[in-house]
Amino acid sequence: MSDRTNLSFREEKGNRKGIFAWILSTDHKRIGILYLYSIVAFFLTGVVLGILMKLELLAPGKTVMDPATYNAIFTLHGVIMIFLVVVPGLPAVFGNFLLPIMIGAKDVAFPKINLLSWWIYVFGAIIALSSLFMAGGPPDTGWTFYAPYAFKTNTNMLPAVLGAFILGFSSILTGINFIVTIHRMRAPGMTWFKMPLFPWTLYGTGWIQILATPIVGITLLMIVGERVLNIGFFDPALGGDPILYQHLFWIYSHPAVYIMILPAMGAISEIIPTFANKSIFGYKAIVLSTLAIAFVGYFVWGHHMFTSGMSGTALYTFSLLTFIVAIPSAIKVFNWVSTLHKASIQLEAPFFWAASFLFVFMIGGLSGIALGALTTNIHLHDTAFVVAHFHFIVFGGVGFAFMGAIHYWFPKIWGRMYNARLATTGWMIFFIGFCTLYLPMFFLGFSGMPRRYYDYVEEFHGPNVVSTIGSWVLALGLIIILYNLIRSATKGEVATKNPWGGRTLEWTVDSPPSLENFDEIPVVTRSPYDYRKNIDE
Amino acid sequence: MNESTNNASNFVSQVDSAFVFIFGISIFFLLGITAFLVYYIIRYRKSKNPVAEHIEGNNTLEIVWTVIPTILVLAMFYYGWSGWRYQKEVPDDAIPIKTIARMWSFTFQYENGMITDTLFVPKDKAVKLDLVALDVLHSLYIPAFRVKQDMVPGKEALIWFESGREGEYDVYCAEYCGLLHSYMKSIVKVIPALQYEEMFKIDSSAIAVNNIEVDKRTAGAAVTRKYGCNACHTADGTKLVGPSYKNIMGRTRTVIRDKEEIEVVADEDYIRRSIYEPNYEIVKGYEKGLMLSYKDQVTEEEFQLLLDYFKYLSE
Ligand code: HEC
Ligand code: HEM
Ligand SMILES: [Cu+2]
Ligand SMILES: [Cu+2]
Repeated sequence: MSDRTNLSFREEKGNRKGIFAWILSTDHKRIGILYLYSIVAFFLTGVVLGILMKLELLAPGKTVMDPATYNAIFTLHGVIMIFLVVVPGLPAVFGNFLLPIMIGAKDVAFPKINLLSWWIYVFGAIIALSSLFMAGGPPDTGWTFYAPYAFKTNTNMLPAVLGAFILGFSSILTGINFIVTIHRMRAPGMTWFKMPLFPWTLYGTGWIQILATPIVGITLLMIVGERVLNIGFFDPALGGDPILYQHLFWIYSHPAVYIMILPAMGAISEIIPTFANKSIFGYKAIVLSTLAIAFVGYFVWGHHMFTSGMSGTALYTFSLLTFIVAIPSAIKVFNWVSTLHKASIQLEAPFFWAASFLFVFMIGGLSGIALGALTTNIHLHDTAFVVAHFHFIVFGGVGFAFMGAIHYWFPKIWGRMYNARLATTGWMIFFIGFCTLYLPMFFLGFSGMPRRYYDYVEEFHGPNVVSTIGSWVLALGLIIILYNLIRSATKGEVATKNPWGGRTLEWTVDSPPSLENFDEIPVVTRSPYDYRKNIDE
Repeated sequence: MNESTNNASNFVSQVDSAFVFIFGISIFFLLGITAFLVYYIIRYRKSKNPVAEHIEGNNTLEIVWTVIPTILVLAMFYYGWSGWRYQKEVPDDAIPIKTIARMWSFTFQYENGMITDTLFVPKDKAVKLDLVALDVLHSLYIPAFRVKQDMVPGKEALIWFESGREGEYDVYCAEYCGLLHSYMKSIVKVIPALQYEEMFKIDSSAIAVNNIEVDKRTAGAAVTRKYGCNACHTADGTKLVGPSYKNIMGRTRTVIRDKEEIEVVADEDYIRRSIYEPNYEIVKGYEKGLMLSYKDQVTEEEFQLLLDYFKYLSE
């Protein structure tokens, strides 16, 4: 039964009614949930588009749609998944909900700005997707909007670009909010090195958001200037330079990968010790590697442009830095796995997500090495190999961590438990589907199938069939997972404060937490992952 | 790795051995770490090991697993870099072939001016492709040769290779370039050096494109193939992104010229303008800027062939 003492933040009656009590709330938990629903809705849209693409690729020639539709779909899929799903992703949902609680605060530093950033997010999303309903149709440029094609196409690429520009502000505001919150609002006794790892990664991410996002903003504005006012920045026909565009685009979009992945690593660093019942191995090494990734991640953007014709010096510098940034990621993996040594592992759904995260993240990272080496990059760049690689990193990394996080913090957010057996079944089917969907793409890429390909030669048929079947299996897993979670949110067994035996502060408050999280701000004395029995109780 | 591409170009063995080296290390780590992971999960599951030991970390281990990956990573970097340097050292005696990409075709022009839509290269001779893109980004990709280079409008780029194995290999465009990106393909034919020399002795006009003799009246069809016109046009009445040539001669066309709609009859002058100044007037319902001028490419002789061909299609 529930061990709650206060009214939860869901039941608390403010001075607004109905939906307004949510969409105008400045409570960090309600905002986190607003983000959750919006992001999940966009994610499902993106998944449907992805599955449609895979259906088209089931056989050579036309299967279900024409090339114009296919090109629009992969663009929309990319724009939605990147700008609307994984970039806001974990920080916006779990960061908002949990950051203040994990550091022992009542809310973020600027609650109103926090609400504003959700509104900006919604506004940006509407602008970006409005192109769907305009004459000319959605853009067909790919999510990268490469010049000069993006300036030639007659489809509506401007709304998508403007939308992404607006979304950038949402990202920056969230970043500022989190950084200030972490600097100013930690509970007494919580020194930097007593802070849990998820807040640490939010801190790293916050800095990337603030420093990198303005660049994409400026770039996107330059595009608007070029298309509307004919100023030649990027289009050679107007005297511009298409390669300049690629630099500016990737200076942002590469660090953006780390905006996505760092909080994912943070969530994994929370889940593993809890289910291992054991202190995380190498806490400081994980913190330092987080900061190292955030820092070096700024300087590797050129690895997206190895075949674009950059100078030799630029090429090997970028290649070398790309290899360097692999090291802190490897260190993290070693530490996570070592945490399990002599542990006492509870085999629950969040743990399965975390363990499979390690597996898919390793495949993503190791395939990145083949792409970072210059001579192999030339062969593999812009092929299905890259598509497999980034799905393993972004979908495998961020997606699995998100799934793990939602299964881990579900009792905290909804105050109920889900069906454990169904959760494990869903995970297993999803995991099998995921591998079946993307592993064949490595092979296709090595055999030479370019990406963004509506049609292909017979040679590539077999692996494509396997991959498409994988997308169906994955969809089945997803349906099971969603069914279980949606049902349990209202009908599940009532959860206790700390169903998994976690040691971080969010497990000391009610499930769901009360409006102000804590009756009394806690005083922190021990390190966040101390699982020795004698220390508490 | 694959038998059939073995030695297809001088880069294959180097790229593949770098790949195998990286792949080997990757698989070793993937399987090794996964084995630890699975072992720990089974060995230390709660039912088997109810109480965990308190371990906060181990500095020696941290150093070991920082240093070892650093060394391996630097080795892999070096391997990748040295292979790449070789790919950038173009031999002085490489045979230049100008390669032109436009939406959605490649054409190849040889030293003597001959143009083909298939790339012919002599076996065991270094060849360098001077890459030119006319409209948007493209990327010339020959998977069997392990070469790829983006083609950027307004920028020069170059790749070279030497093929040691006769045969036909696919050429793809690897950089997304719009509607028919996935149909932007060609073939490279590696032929014996002697046969390559012979090729240029035959009359280099369109009639002999790809060494296939064709009937005079339909010789224009070979011209359209040679310049990749058929990516956008058909001869059978089907509309692609451009109008079909079927029944084109003498038709009254509604075109947009200087933002005004006017009607013109498709005569020789109109066809000439369509090919050499395509954006002077745009057929209503079609996109401006898609078709680029073929000035300096389609010769007067070839133009006459096209005209005959269009007349033939309009009978
Ligand atoms: C990238 C696509 C593309 C390519 C390649 C292309 N065209 Fe076109 N072509 C068009 C489009 C679009 C139009 C209609 C708009 C216009 O009038 O320019 C057109 C119009 C024409 C017309 C006028 C047709 C009419 O019905 O009035 C002719 C003739 C023509 N093209 C010939 C050629 C020839 C010959 C080639 C090859 C040497 C070629 N085109 C290559 C896209 C292309
Ligand atoms: C069911 C799940 C998914 C399926 C079936 C799927 C499938 C695909 C396919 C077929 C492509 C086109 C590849 C190509 O260009 O050849 C693609 C592209 C892409 N996907 Fe996914 N995907 C899925 C989930 C995701 C997720 C979760 C993300 C992000 C987190 C994502 C991000 C992207 C991006 C950025 C592109 C590139 C778009 C472009 O080329 O412009 N996808 N996906
Ligand atoms: Cu990158
Ligand atoms: Cu192309």
